Amino acid sequence: MGLRQETFYEKKEKIALDEWFVPIEKKQGEAEAVVRPSLSYWQEAWRNLWKNKLAMIALFFLTLLIIMSIIGPIISPHSISEQKLINQNQPPSSEYWFGTDSLGRDVFARTWYGARISLFVGVTAAVIDFLIGVAYGGLSGYKGGKVDHIMMRIVEVLYGLPYLLIVILMSVVMGPGLASIIIALSITGWVGMARIVRGQVLQIKNYEFILASKTFGAKSYRIIRKNLLPNTMGPIIVQMTLTVPSAIFAEAFLSFLGLGIQAPLTSWGVMADEGLSAILTGHWWRLFFPTLFISLTMFAFNVLGDGLQDALDPKLRGGK
Amino acid sequence: MTNILEVNDLQVSFSSYGGEVQAVRGVNFSLKKGETLAIVGESGCGKSVTSQTIMQLIPSPPGRIKDGSILYKGMDLTRLKDEDMRKIRGAEISMIFQDPMTALNPTLTIGDQIMEGIKQHKQISKAEARSKAIEMLQLVGIPNPEMRLKQYPHQFSGGMRQRIVIAMALICEPEILIADEPTTALDVTIQAQILDLFREIQQQRDVSIILITHDLGVVAQVADRVAVMYAGKIVEMGNRRDIFYSPQHPYTKGLLNSVPRLDQEGELVPIDGTPPDLFSPPEGCSFSARCPYAMEVCKRVYPLESNLNAHHLVNCWLQDERAKRVLHTI
Amino acid sequence: MKSYYVKRFFSMLVTLWVIITITFFLMHFTPGSPFNDERTTNEAIQKNLEEQYHLDKPLIVQYGMYLKQIATFDFGISIKKSSQTVNEMIGRGFPVSFELGMVALIVAVISGITLGVVASLKHNGVIDYLAMTIAVIGISIPNFVLATMLIQQFAVHWKILPTATWSSWRHMILPTIALATSPTAIIARLTRTSMLEVLTQDYIKTAKAKGLSSFKIIVKHALRNALLPVVTLLGALAASILTGTFVIEKIFAIPGMGKYFVDSINNRDYPVIMGTTIFYSTILIFMLFLVDLAYGILDPRIKLQKKEG
Repeated sequence: MGLRQETFYEKKEKIALDEWFVPIEKKQGEAEAVVRPSLSYWQEAWRNLWKNKLAMIALFFLTLLIIMSIIGPIISPHSISEQKLINQNQPPSSEYWFGTDSLGRDVFARTWYGARISLFVGVTAAVIDFLIGVAYGGLSGYKGGKVDHIMMRIVEVLYGLPYLLIVILMSVVMGPGLASIIIALSITGWVGMARIVRGQVLQIKNYEFILASKTFGAKSYRIIRKNLLPNTMGPIIVQMTLTVPSAIFAEAFLSFLGLGIQAPLTSWGVMADEGLSAILTGHWWRLFFPTLFISLTMFAFNVLGDGLQDALDPKLRGGK
Repeated sequence: MTNILEVNDLQVSFSSYGGEVQAVRGVNFSLKKGETLAIVGESGCGKSVTSQTIMQLIPSPPGRIKDGSILYKGMDLTRLKDEDMRKIRGAEISMIFQDPMTALNPTLTIGDQIMEGIKQHKQISKAEARSKAIEMLQLVGIPNPEMRLKQYPHQFSGGMRQRIVIAMALICEPEILIADEPTTALDVTIQAQILDLFREIQQQRDVSIILITHDLGVVAQVADRVAVMYAGKIVEMGNRRDIFYSPQHPYTKGLLNSVPRLDQEGELVPIDGTPPDLFSPPEGCSFSARCPYAMEVCKRVYPLESNLNAHHLVNCWLQDERAKRVLHTI
Repeated sequence: MKSYYVKRFFSMLVTLWVIITITFFLMHFTPGSPFNDERTTNEAIQKNLEEQYHLDKPLIVQYGMYLKQIATFDFGISIKKSSQTVNEMIGRGFPVSFELGMVALIVAVISGITLGVVASLKHNGVIDYLAMTIAVIGISIPNFVLATMLIQQFAVHWKILPTATWSSWRHMILPTIALATSPTAIIARLTRTSMLEVLTQDYIKTAKAKGLSSFKIIVKHALRNALLPVVTLLGALAASILTGTFVIEKIFAIPGMGKYFVDSINNRDYPVIMGTTIFYSTILIFMLFLVDLAYGILDPRIKLQKKEG
């Protein structure tokens, strides 16, 4: 009841005055006024992302992480490789903020150094996946026909290969180390991206504005660049964001098995491996910090990827 | 003839991120036994929401019945408990939807889907249910029903699927059938067949039908009475004759003018403008922004109801004495 | 329908062949010989061993011989532990790994689907939000990290569960949780998304309009359709559980095949590496094939399309 009902009674008492029975001046276009201001695709996407508090927190965390990975080893009073054996296995204190490991090295500085490596691996893998995947999938989708058919058969076979097994084998062949991990991840990872890009290209290829563009004589290259790419970017961005955590995972996994990063470099995976045996002796901080950061970073990227997906996919908008 | 259904001052709103959308703003109508009432209007006028509210199928957040009642056989459906309403759905009041291609579950046989309706509401054996299903398929004109029962929806064409949907709706022999745009997704020849089917069914089974549509051609073929809806309210209601031969409301006239006719030459005249924003509907007549005859009073006060005869009513200030004075100056 | 599955079967064989080939050539391009360690310092002995393992023959010949061997399911003899055939090692380790993997898979499927369905029904409510946040956490924490955390808390700190090996049902709890958490989360998310989409479909509206009970609508109508994408996912999920067993077995010192695999990698024990890799791959590809089959059976549109097509 309440307000609605009152207004109704008000109207009943509202008398239709005689003088109102005159034709009104109609303002042009009044009836066609659009109610809500329209935003561009990217503006609306950003607005949606902004509303997702969790994704925003994730973004903030990742920004902070990147900053710390750069300045962390610098602001720490200890270097990453300085070994002070007398100080070995110290719990976190005011001098060693995250404690020390079995060789007396500062866990704090090493954690941020490990961050650099892990982030580097993750981002590089995502970028290479993007480059290869977009080129392959874009070409396959755009060309269509027999070319597409053959290229997709190849992808199917590759898709059936167990990703991590290949990565492990690659690491064995090329010897462990940063380069081989990245190469191994890149060789198998692009397949997912290629599929998505191809799907997007196929969808968009038939849109009318492409045909319109073609009738104006625009060349293929230009069409791809100006028309296809901006519209396909959504799922591609999401895929890249979600590739990073799985690459970080793969690196940590390998390093944990002893197949990944080797000394003098270190990564969170290596630190976790070293820290594993330490839990039995009660030195919890050696396992805690690397695993905490692996988890938080993967979590943040996953949340961000999810948020981007919700924000960029028009179908899911207006759901809340 | 008694009223089998009475809708009184129904008001339904939805809460969305932009505010409250008043989809239905005070709708009144009744349905007599054995008649076909057509509710006509543009997209977004509230006709679908009205029909779904009768079935209590509107999800409760975000939708809400703000006021009004729906009387069926003396019961107010808006006040019924969920389990009681469920007993009515499918058994006494049935509903069919617009798109036959998606209205059926692709992973179940049509036999299963037809029989589950009657198994839910009546205590009958599987064999009896099966023979009832076959009877229904025959009623709606599907050949070879025994074999078809075991088939899946994707093995049927659009027109046949719609017939199956109708069979599903009628298997419990409901009193009322609500058809929400039943022919919109079908092409014209199939449309005619389905409408014929509606007429047949009504004659044979004495079902009362509420037909929701935006297509006046459909209305002309099957409706006994017509209610014209605009922006959440009924603006004009009457017999088929009244509406087609002496429409009073400018909107009704506009609708009729925009239908292409073989016997008239000249351009199609669409109605200018777009429907109003239901977030904050205007105080006066909601059609005033687009109405070629709009007056000051139309913007300010909602028109009172005028009865032109026992069945024909309209909400428009043009019916007022004072307007007639002005009219001949236009 | 038959022709479709025959085609899939051959595709499976092709993939398998690709893996065998890749594995073989990768192994033989690895720098260093398996015989360059403390045990075989004598050059003559080294040459003898190489001859024994056919490593002196041209690569193509070795490849051909190996293919023949594989066709008869003979994976050869371990280089490092020459008393054991690879088949024996697989025979010992696989049942354990299989048990671990299967239990984890079943747990993941049951809990994942349940969680996903419940979350979808209480859409946008507290339960939904909570469940999905836990799910993302589940996906983000790598299984080996989770394993170490679990050991830390339950085994070391509270001392209620054993730390290692595989001897009793109590030993199964922690490894299974560690291995199943991530897949559970993935299944839960997918089930939820799928259910949400299915629940907006017209045929659900039709089912409601028929007056069916909520339970019937959810189980008979919604779930049947919503689970189709989940079935498709099972293949990939099986793969990730399988690779997960490597680390889990290492951490919990479970005597499964994973342990042999990891050891052989570190030791450059070619026959073992190749044998286990091929064996794993076969299992995986076979599972993908099974999943495909299952999907075809469950979705009548596919079943009949193939029949008519």
